[in-house]
Amino acid sequence: MIRTTPFHPRTSVLNETGLWEHWANHLAATKYQMSEKFEYFAVRNAAGLFDTSPLFKYRIHGPDAERYLSGVLVRDIRTCAPGRAQYTLWCDDRGFVVEDGVVLRPARDEFLLTTAEPNLAWFEDLRGRHDVRIDEVSDEWAVLAVQGPYARDILVRLAPEVATLGYFGVTAATMARVPVLVSRTGYTGDLGYELWIPAADAIAVWDAVWEASRGRGVMPIGLTALYMTRIEAGLLLLDVDFHSSRFAWTDADRSTPVELGYGWMFRDIATTDRAFVGREAMRREIAQRTSRWKLTGLVVDWRAFDRVHEAAGLIPPKDHTPIGEEYYVYDDELGQIGYATSLMYSPMLQRHIALARVPLDRTTPGSRVKLELAVSHRYEYVDASVAKLPLFDPPRRTA
Amino acid sequence: MAKTARSPKPSSPARPSRSSSRSARSAKDDRSYDAIVIGGGHNGMVNGAYLAKAGLRTLILERRHLVGGAAITEELRPGFNFTTFSYALSLLRPDIVHDLELTKHGFMPILMPSTFCPTEDGDYLLMGQDHAENQKSIARFSKRDADAYDAFNHDVNKVLQAIKPLLDQAPPDIFSDDPEELVALAALGQRFRSLDRKVLHDAVRLLTGSAADFLDDYFESAILKGYMASSAIIGTKVGPYSQGSGLVLLYHLLGEIDGEFGAWAFHKGGNGGFTQVLARATRAMGAEIRLESPVASVVTTNGRATGVALSDGSEYDAPIVVSALDPRRTFLELVDPLELPGDLVETIRRFRFQGTSSKVNFALDGIPRYPALGDRTDQYRGFTNIGPSMEYLERAFDEGKYGWYSSRPYLDCAIQSMVDPDMAPPGKAVMSCFTHYTPYKLRESDWDTERQNLGDTVQRTLESFFPGFSDLVLQREVVTPLDIERVVGLSEGNIFAGEFLAPQMYFFRPAPGWSQYRTPIDGYYQCGSGTHPGGCVTGGPGKLAAQRILRDRERAAGRA
Repeated sequence: MIRTTPFHPRTSVLNETGLWEHWANHLAATKYQMSEKFEYFAVRNAAGLFDTSPLFKYRIHGPDAERYLSGVLVRDIRTCAPGRAQYTLWCDDRGFVVEDGVVLRPARDEFLLTTAEPNLAWFEDLRGRHDVRIDEVSDEWAVLAVQGPYARDILVRLAPEVATLGYFGVTAATMARVPVLVSRTGYTGDLGYELWIPAADAIAVWDAVWEASRGRGVMPIGLTALYMTRIEAGLLLLDVDFHSSRFAWTDADRSTPVELGYGWMFRDIATTDRAFVGREAMRREIAQRTSRWKLTGLVVDWRAFDRVHEAAGLIPPKDHTPIGEEYYVYDDELGQIGYATSLMYSPMLQRHIALARVPLDRTTPGSRVKLELAVSHRYEYVDASVAKLPLFDPPRRTA
Repeated sequence: MAKTARSPKPSSPARPSRSSSRSARSAKDDRSYDAIVIGGGHNGMVNGAYLAKAGLRTLILERRHLVGGAAITEELRPGFNFTTFSYALSLLRPDIVHDLELTKHGFMPILMPSTFCPTEDGDYLLMGQDHAENQKSIARFSKRDADAYDAFNHDVNKVLQAIKPLLDQAPPDIFSDDPEELVALAALGQRFRSLDRKVLHDAVRLLTGSAADFLDDYFESAILKGYMASSAIIGTKVGPYSQGSGLVLLYHLLGEIDGEFGAWAFHKGGNGGFTQVLARATRAMGAEIRLESPVASVVTTNGRATGVALSDGSEYDAPIVVSALDPRRTFLELVDPLELPGDLVETIRRFRFQGTSSKVNFALDGIPRYPALGDRTDQYRGFTNIGPSMEYLERAFDEGKYGWYSSRPYLDCAIQSMVDPDMAPPGKAVMSCFTHYTPYKLRESDWDTERQNLGDTVQRTLESFFPGFSDLVLQREVVTPLDIERVVGLSEGNIFAGEFLAPQMYFFRPAPGWSQYRTPIDGYYQCGSGTHPGGCVTGGPGKLAAQRILRDRERAAGRA
């Protein structure tokens, strides 16, 4: 049976389209009103409210929690002080990415990790002799993301602590008399926060946020608007931009952190002795330069895009709806050299953009490649240039 | 080569001040530029930005204390921002966004996702982003019109596809024997010959006929036709039944947002927000913008432009002077008409301005309610179109035709704070109402006398659709054609810098033989909306004029 999130009594009334997607066996709104683009602009110009409750959540706690996680996660959790959060990855022992997620550290021995897919067996099997408990608490928390330039102003009215909460900071707060966690995190690449609310109290907090937002152009946003913002922000989506090594059939469907652009997570690998799953493989990959490609941003040459469509008698489509399919990347001789995922037209950047795997000799921003597009039932090859991620990066995101 | 040796492209927009003793430039050099643009409206800035991008030391001189011309946003009441004149974005040429790297400087065209069209009997048509929903909305008024609307859009989009390239090219000079011009003319002919017969015929019908005739071929519902025909009269002294209104309709539909023809956006911060973005981009390209620098005249020497003289008597030198002002000011005020051929002077004297539009802007204490929609307000995310039928529009025109303002005017409204909440304080609103018809020349009165009466007329009209509207009004700004002329400098307050009438378009904008941005005075160019492609915030004239100037320079350098 499909389930609903703790916010459903509110979101179901607000969703005027009747469009829902299934996300982790929960109903998640595709969009709330007919123009998902209007929701997208709410995130970039006011604020959007996104119900992110369906995420899997794991409480990892106990005296050895930090030591355990420092051996399991790619990024050194010891650098994440209590009151902070980290975006992180976990890998298998061949150095291939299993999944990614955000880990919150509300207290010294208390961690809360979010994942897109179930990971309990993976984490439990790595527990060894550590004195640590891992509980799946997915249903205990409702999570409300408040994302956009107004996010801080709105939440400060409910909890003054938010005013000083730094990028990837975590704080306990009380909203509508409900004890919540506030993390300065999100999936939009904008100024934003996520509220971690005991599921039973979800509605009270939603109502308080709604009331504080009134008259300010804030609106609930659905998955389409969220995905538009996350592509501009260069944030990866499991099973679109990468796959879990656990369930991949071949190495072609596996990625290393370096290949995905997250080598910075273990920049000190040569000088520190932190043991973690995949470390040796990653060290070797860096030392021997065996990365196969790198994931980067791609910006399509707009003149070339328009030209091939106009030549085919078509009005060049500028569709902002993200396409979760692969597009192949070629060199000038039309040899395939990579592939792109998450193609969309970005209204903020006024260009078609994508995330793409390109060879290591084409990772410099501005490097030219060709993108294969089907235009009027035949393939055309359109110039595109490699660009640094994030493609859209307002200073307010971290300020 | 295009660049002059004495004017390396500066790496930073900042220039040494004239008083700086460390500056190597002499006092004379500080007043010497490669190009001077008169007028810091959007076309002047686009022109100056392209010239600077090509390496020319460029100065843009703006008379007022802010750039933008008719595309400005002003905070007339604390927290309430008014788009005083121009109020939405659609026709801006996409290549300008890319060439001038506007997205780096904050370009943000927020889609206006709907148009709300109240009817006079309290019903409404709401056109939004969902195709099937639109079909059902239309079917409430006419089941036939639901798919007729798709047919109309398909037919018109074919015409738009055919016409659109003309917006981005200078018209060929049909009076020239220059082989290049003949080639361009042949290419234009070839382009039209290659069109589908129906598309070409539709194009001609739109370009020469009335919007009403065209719309009547498809539709029967009054509200749908009123909505569509509204785009056929904006800014122009025509009614929907006038021959020539088809051209205005076509022009407005040529606008696009993110590839969607006929879609409109509200730029973050209004069109003043847009021109601030453009100013940042222009400066980043290396052009200098000076405010409060009204130009009195273009200085000519032996039939060549050599600079400009400001009202305070100071002068700046440049071998290229570009006027972003309208044709009357460009040809009859900035230069001495004696320097120009008599037929050109005569054509410009006859050029129709006859501004017919006004703006009434409101600061509101809340969002107006529409009785049929109860407490809903999401219908106001785009435009609100007070033009419930072609007859309503034509009757409004009747009064305008005879020198008076419409007693029930056509209103193109937008509660802009619904799109960009930063336009008004939380819970409050700003509403922009484009008002038509309000002729520049009033019969037996003047706008200083009638200004507030017009405001009352607009408010009364709104009250009739939105009962209780007047109770929400905190402040009202009435901008008549006379105010547009006084403040912006557009002759007779014509928002397009000259009427959109066939004899004033394309080959003939602003005058036969002078549609390619040059003037009879060497080095003196025109780049305002009085040149092709015309008015609205397109940037097209500024861009195409820059291309012309740069090509002329290359040619001259090649000859030298």
